[in-house]
Amino acid sequence: MIVRISGEDQYRLEDSERQPLNELENKVVAIVEAGEIDGFKDAFAALLEFVRSHGSPVGDDELEGSDVILPPADVSFQEAGREFTGEGLIPD
Amino acid sequence: MAGLTGRMSTVIKAKVSKLLDRAEDPAETLDYSYQKQVEQLQNVKKGIADVVTAKKRLQMQESSLQQSVVKLDTQARQALAGGHEDLARAALERKNVAQTELQSLDTQVTELEQQQEKLTESEKKLRAKIEAFRTKKEVIKAQYSAAEAQVRISEAATGVGEQMADVGLAMQRAVDKTENMRARADAVSELETAGTFDDVTQLGSGEDDIDRQLKELSSQPAVDEDLAKMKAELGQGDAVPAPQIASGGADGGQAESKP
Repeated sequence: MIVRISGEDQYRLEDSERQPLNELENKVVAIVEAGEIDGFKDAFAALLEFVRSHGSPVGDDELEGSDVILPPADVSFQEAGREFTGEGLIPD
Repeated sequence: MAGLTGRMSTVIKAKVSKLLDRAEDPAETLDYSYQKQVEQLQNVKKGIADVVTAKKRLQMQESSLQQSVVKLDTQARQALAGGHEDLARAALERKNVAQTELQSLDTQVTELEQQQEKLTESEKKLRAKIEAFRTKKEVIKAQYSAAEAQVRISEAATGVGEQMADVGLAMQRAVDKTENMRARADAVSELETAGTFDDVTQLGSGEDDIDRQLKELSSQPAVDEDLAKMKAELGQGDAVPAPQIASGGADGGQAESKP
């Protein structure tokens, strides 16, 4: 499975890591939904850190599409909220 | 994965497939994609240049404000020594505003530097992907039948397309940040143009607009503190028992370097 952290890199992860990744993501989503600004930063950082520490970077000369694309590390709580509610970070 | 990541993946994938739908002929798709990629790379370079320009502008404002701070401090000192406390206070109010602006400019310059670094890194990555695509493109054209080529093209173009979309997002964010800062820089320019940081001895007797604005903008406790400190340094009577820490830097310029 290939995961991209926007503005950073693509990482190759084992399929077995999908489950823990999913759980970390659900945690972030729950926090955003609940409007808990305080918890957001740590939870989102934990999600990205999981990808960085468990994945190996995809080479710059490899052309691969990602299975999952995560917002950039400096995403704000407000942006994450928009991303989550469907307006998105990137306009269509 | 739904939620946070879903939206982003969807939009980027839609962008990529739009790119792929362009042409029936695989060779044409390849060349078109490549052409788009090179264009995007130029845009990124331009984006980086814009960030650098914005940063330079802020830095110029910084150095001009630094000069104002030194000048106003000296003037306040001279005014106080000459027994014009009102004038000294007016100068210190201006100095206080200038210092606050300086701090915020400093933060912004740092932020722009980070943006610049990130974009430069993205540009490097995109360039490598485009180069990989260029090589692959020729291989695909030479070796595969039309049907097979379509699959390979799709794979390759997705890889580059995603990188392009991602760099596009990074640029968008950089532009937004730069825009915000431009607004801020314009506000500082307006203050400068209005003579806010000009020679305080040119002030008229009555309160003008600038004075009223300054009173609102500057932090009065900080101004009071500055004034008391200055009085103590000048050995003037009723001053607050100010610490003697500044004794080494009795002239305006030096005392200035401390916030």
